[in-house]
Amino acid sequence: MTGFVLSCVLGLLILAITGCVTARTRLGRPLVYGGSLVLTLLILGAGLAAIAAPPDSLTLPLGLPWIGVHVRVDALSAAFLILTGLGGAGASLYAIGYGRHEHEPQRVLPFYPAFLAGMVLVILAADAFTFLFAWELMSLSSWALVLAQPAQAANTRAAFVYLVMAVFSGLTLLLAFGLLAGPDGAYTFDAMRIAQPGPGLAALVFVLALIGAGSKSGLVPLHVWLPLAHPAAPSHVSALMSGVMTKVAIYGFIRIVFGLLHMPTWWGATLVLGLGGITAVLGVLHAIMERDLKRLLAYSTVENIGIIFIGIGLALAFQTNGITSGAALALTAALFHALNHTVFKSLLFFGAGSVLNATGERDLERLGGLIHRMPRTAFAVLIGCVAISALPPLNGFVSEWMTFQAILLRPEMPQWGLKLMIPVDGALLALAATLAAACFVRAFGIGFLGRPRSPQAAQAHEVDRWSVTAMLIFAALCLLGGIFPGVVIDLLSPVTQSLLLARMPDQLADAWLTIVPVAASRSSYNGLLVFFFIAASTWMAVLAVHRFASRSIRRGPAWDCGFPDPSPQTQYTAASFAQPIRRVFGAMVFETRETVDMPAPGDTRPASITKTSHDLVWESLYAPIAWLVGAIADWMNVLQFLTIRRYLGFVFFALVFLLLTLTLWQ
Amino acid sequence: MAVIIESLLVQLFQMTMILALAPLLTGLVRKVKARLQRRRGPPLIQPYRDLRRLLGKEVVLADNASWLFRVAPYIIFAVTWVAAALIPTFATGLLFSWSGDLIAIAALLGSARFVQALAALDIGTSFGGIGSSRDLMIASLAEPAMVMIVFSVALIAGSTQLSTIAEHLLDSHVGLRVSLALALVALVIVALAENARIPVDNPATHLELTMVHEAMVLEYSGRHLAMIDLAAFLKLLLYVSMIGCIFVPFGMVHGSARPLAYAIGGAAWLAKLAVAGVLLGIFEMSIAKMRVFRVPNFLGAALMLGLLGVLLLFVSRGM
Repeated sequence: MTGFVLSCVLGLLILAITGCVTARTRLGRPLVYGGSLVLTLLILGAGLAAIAAPPDSLTLPLGLPWIGVHVRVDALSAAFLILTGLGGAGASLYAIGYGRHEHEPQRVLPFYPAFLAGMVLVILAADAFTFLFAWELMSLSSWALVLAQPAQAANTRAAFVYLVMAVFSGLTLLLAFGLLAGPDGAYTFDAMRIAQPGPGLAALVFVLALIGAGSKSGLVPLHVWLPLAHPAAPSHVSALMSGVMTKVAIYGFIRIVFGLLHMPTWWGATLVLGLGGITAVLGVLHAIMERDLKRLLAYSTVENIGIIFIGIGLALAFQTNGITSGAALALTAALFHALNHTVFKSLLFFGAGSVLNATGERDLERLGGLIHRMPRTAFAVLIGCVAISALPPLNGFVSEWMTFQAILLRPEMPQWGLKLMIPVDGALLALAATLAAACFVRAFGIGFLGRPRSPQAAQAHEVDRWSVTAMLIFAALCLLGGIFPGVVIDLLSPVTQSLLLARMPDQLADAWLTIVPVAASRSSYNGLLVFFFIAASTWMAVLAVHRFASRSIRRGPAWDCGFPDPSPQTQYTAASFAQPIRRVFGAMVFETRETVDMPAPGDTRPASITKTSHDLVWESLYAPIAWLVGAIADWMNVLQFLTIRRYLGFVFFALVFLLLTLTLWQ
Repeated sequence: MAVIIESLLVQLFQMTMILALAPLLTGLVRKVKARLQRRRGPPLIQPYRDLRRLLGKEVVLADNASWLFRVAPYIIFAVTWVAAALIPTFATGLLFSWSGDLIAIAALLGSARFVQALAALDIGTSFGGIGSSRDLMIASLAEPAMVMIVFSVALIAGSTQLSTIAEHLLDSHVGLRVSLALALVALVIVALAENARIPVDNPATHLELTMVHEAMVLEYSGRHLAMIDLAAFLKLLLYVSMIGCIFVPFGMVHGSARPLAYAIGGAAWLAKLAVAGVLLGIFEMSIAKMRVFRVPNFLGAALMLGLLGVLLLFVSRGM
């Protein structure tokens, strides 16, 4: 199985080279995306086949001579292969149609398969060197994709910030692996599993892994690059970055913390829980204020990463206290949510890409009424919006419901940090879920409903069949995941079995496909029945009303309290929709201020309203660092203009210094 | 087999009863309010008459209404009805009560609100927008508060299944708990907000700048409006039954029971509804509606009370 997945990776790399050659020809697009579709589907199949199978390792005589390249497929890798295969296949199918609108395909086609290959290779890697190599391949190829449209100045800035953060994340992971490998340089994961570092070093590794994986997945306060970089790429790549790459980073975290480091600590769990909760709420609050559709989706990714980290934190908390069944529940919830997020976030980015194609607009204030002109896209996006808002009977609800169940499982934690943090996280998770619903009512309601706010939106047209098919398939997956959650939970059980030596109860054995996370008397949920009840009552209501009451309809102008205004400018805008929530939450979180300048009666000056808001994370953390780096760079600038003599002198002194240090050290 | 048929019948009976009684409860609240205002007020069955009248009328649909606008009333009604059917009213352990727990009920109401808020934006009028955005602002605090209440109750009863919670509170001597008291206050506040009652919203207003729920349904007419009104009646009954089921579960049938027990359970439920209807009427008459931006403070109090209750429970365990 491992060899098969590796050959798929090889196939993707060959496709990348083919992409270089054929990018400018007509054949390039169908070849690259069609090939990626086939290969990712194969990877998806391999993941499904391998998840319940025993681990399968392979060593290749490549890479560093004394290490080689170790690859391994175990249950955890297989779960993430499924996720990557699914997200990759969807994005490739969508791109067969969407890629037609690419202005410069040579900037996308070579890097797209390489990006996929990098992500798959991270999941396969079983030694630190291969892992980091694949990690950087993933970072650099996605960086190139972020730069695919360099004409916009914002994109180059996004790419720069992304590159800095990607390098930072690679560096912290390098240090984490270095500490895990110990002085003997045992770089394979098998060796790291055996050689456990002391508690101090383990704590350091934990923090480094959290920073490294967190900055790649968008954990607050390391999220700042994400809303810049994800929207800058072409939409199918945005879908991959948000839907899959962030999950690959989470894979890295789970692999290090649960797979290599067997020392869960309560403070580590508290830290992850705290960061997860803050990330969830801050991400969605940003999303709700955002008027750029793709940036909104990127901020919502930050929110969902927070939710996944809450699940992981709970799993750590339970593991610390030896409650393995609880840890299995929480980790399954986190993995389930990761899978769900891949499905609906990809779907929503496909939708945003279709809107961008049809109208040329990403700005919500210039959209509207698209449900009439793009009915299929609108339907699929609506399903995605309901799913991401964690509403029954779709899939997003099930994973959040499981997280709630995990929160309620054991209130009697012995540590005070956990005692306080777990219920607070429950409140933050509930807040994030409701705000997400508000955010996606706004996104769909302003973007797709109402009247068109610009001529471009009024002349939109439905997109091609490939894109529509990809969106509808993912919408169907949102529904299937919601009504058959037991299938997914049982699919994920080998992962918790191998990492935590515990699994959730067998779900498919329950009557009527009910999911019962702990015990039937405690809690149960049946998505299938809820869906059936809703569908049946809707159908009955429609039938009864149309049969026994009236069925006549008359079209007329809107009522609007008697004063309808034909101008679409009088509709509620995205900004006005967000205003109440901005007023309630923004004053604290973003220091938003509104000043109204109302001229006195008789004064003919126009009235005005000024809004200010601050991104406190950027201003208090990144701006000072950027200033410091700039100041040091300015100060060091003199070094650029010295004579050769002085440079040689520097080299000499550096050598002497190093030799002296080395002698004194021993 | 006979057991299944019996429980199926009980389940169907409950679903019919909540549908049949929901307008009556709203009629009762209106009547109480009218009497307190020294008016005679419309008869108790006026809501039924309104529904019949609306159902018979033709629908006037705005020119640019999409399919979503036409489907929404039925979905809102169906989702609310399903949520209401999951609440034990006169008997616990109904046939399908395990298909969703208290969190699922809260989330189902969230689904109904989601669809309603979208439908309000569909025509593209400013009133729809103002209602939708304010409703979501209210929900953004009310729903987390609801989840916190669920947490408090679930931690005391060791379950999120409403039937199990009711049985636990009925059988074991839980006694007076600070957390339960906090949860009750919070739940009342949430129920007022979710049902668009005074002081959060005024169900009788059509003054443009103060409406929230009414602004959202402004464009609806005929049978569509009837479905939305019926869903609103159902929601009031749902919350009253939920408060009754958790905090005053007396008289509820549980386990295997005889017809007499069902009669007692039904009578107890009706009595609870009547008391709640009268109390709601009196409460609404004795308080003024708040400004919209005072509402977050009111609901924030509910959220904090709920969180406080949960924290108390977490902290008091294992000591």
